Amino acid sequence: MVNVNILVLADHQEILETIIRLINKNEEWNGVGVSDYQEAAQAFEKSKFDLVLLGVGVDDETESRILQLCHSNDPGIVCMRHFGGGSGLLYSEIKHALAQH
Amino acid sequence: MKNNILHTAESRFLADHGWLKSAQTFSFHDHYDPQRLQFGALRVLNDDIVNGGKGFGRHPHDNMEIISIPLEGTLEHQDSMGNVAVIRPGEIQAMSAGTGIYHTEFNKNADEPVTFLQIWLYPNKLNVTPRYDQRDYGKGDMHNKFLQILSPNADDEGVWINQQAWFHIGNLDAGFETAYQLKDASNGLYVFVIKGDIAVDGQPLSTRDGYGLWPDSEVKITASSYAEVLLMEIPEKW
Repeated sequence: MVNVNILVLADHQEILETIIRLINKNEEWNGVGVSDYQEAAQAFEKSKFDLVLLGVGVDDETESRILQLCHSNDPGIVCMRHFGGGSGLLYSEIKHALAQH
Repeated sequence: MKNNILHTAESRFLADHGWLKSAQTFSFHDHYDPQRLQFGALRVLNDDIVNGGKGFGRHPHDNMEIISIPLEGTLEHQDSMGNVAVIRPGEIQAMSAGTGIYHTEFNKNADEPVTFLQIWLYPNKLNVTPRYDQRDYGKGDMHNKFLQILSPNADDEGVWINQQAWFHIGNLDAGFETAYQLKDASNGLYVFVIKGDIAVDGQPLSTRDGYGLWPDSEVKITASSYAEVLLMEIPEKW
């Protein structure tokens, strides 16, 4: 049963798909992937997210705009950098973020 | 004052996938412990044993500085930048994953395991152009001294990475005493004992123990048996 919705922003399509696939292996998590700010804004119009992961290719300006977008929707959304490209760290990053939620 | 932290060999997370046995100092894959996430910029310290002929299939990395140090056996690396390389004990490999790479790592030999340390540091620059580097340090003088094998500087000894970190490795005779002076006094030092028994500022350590500390500038290291030691000088923030 899905109870955590996770938005992932990254501009490397293959890595983005890998991250979403890994997130969706956990039946309690639902991952949605977007590749730029516009797509992120559209995703927020359609769905509510608990966590936003900023992956590869997200520059400081985009990070700042995404933070504003998150907090204007829900100040409680955790928005954080994802490192490593899905390999090894993803699970503990999400667990850690949700523990802070 | 920041606390020193002891990670005994036995306290590490163990992952057994049959072909891979991995002892993990920090939270990795399915293991999560909020008390064991990192030591400063040091995020992964995995002590991996891969069976003959087996390995890690094609998988991605980004925005991470990835260092491999073989201890026994031979590891074959191929990546999406076109690098094909074999690394052996006495060599160190560094990869800046930056904007994204794919790679494979396999045991080059079919009939013997490969043991290697896989170490990840957070980078101090995001989205850099990926790069690969490999150096042979095996002929360097490591007897009763620490040989630099990694730094932040391309023109310095060893491989270089995008982080204010320095790695040294040394083989110490029983009874030998020495001191390590931090390159950057704001850094911490993570000591990993590859083999043997030592004391670090009085803290006893044995094979595969790890100890992170935040000294003022200098750390005293004493070998109580023959010991092979990896020193990782790590920034707290980046």
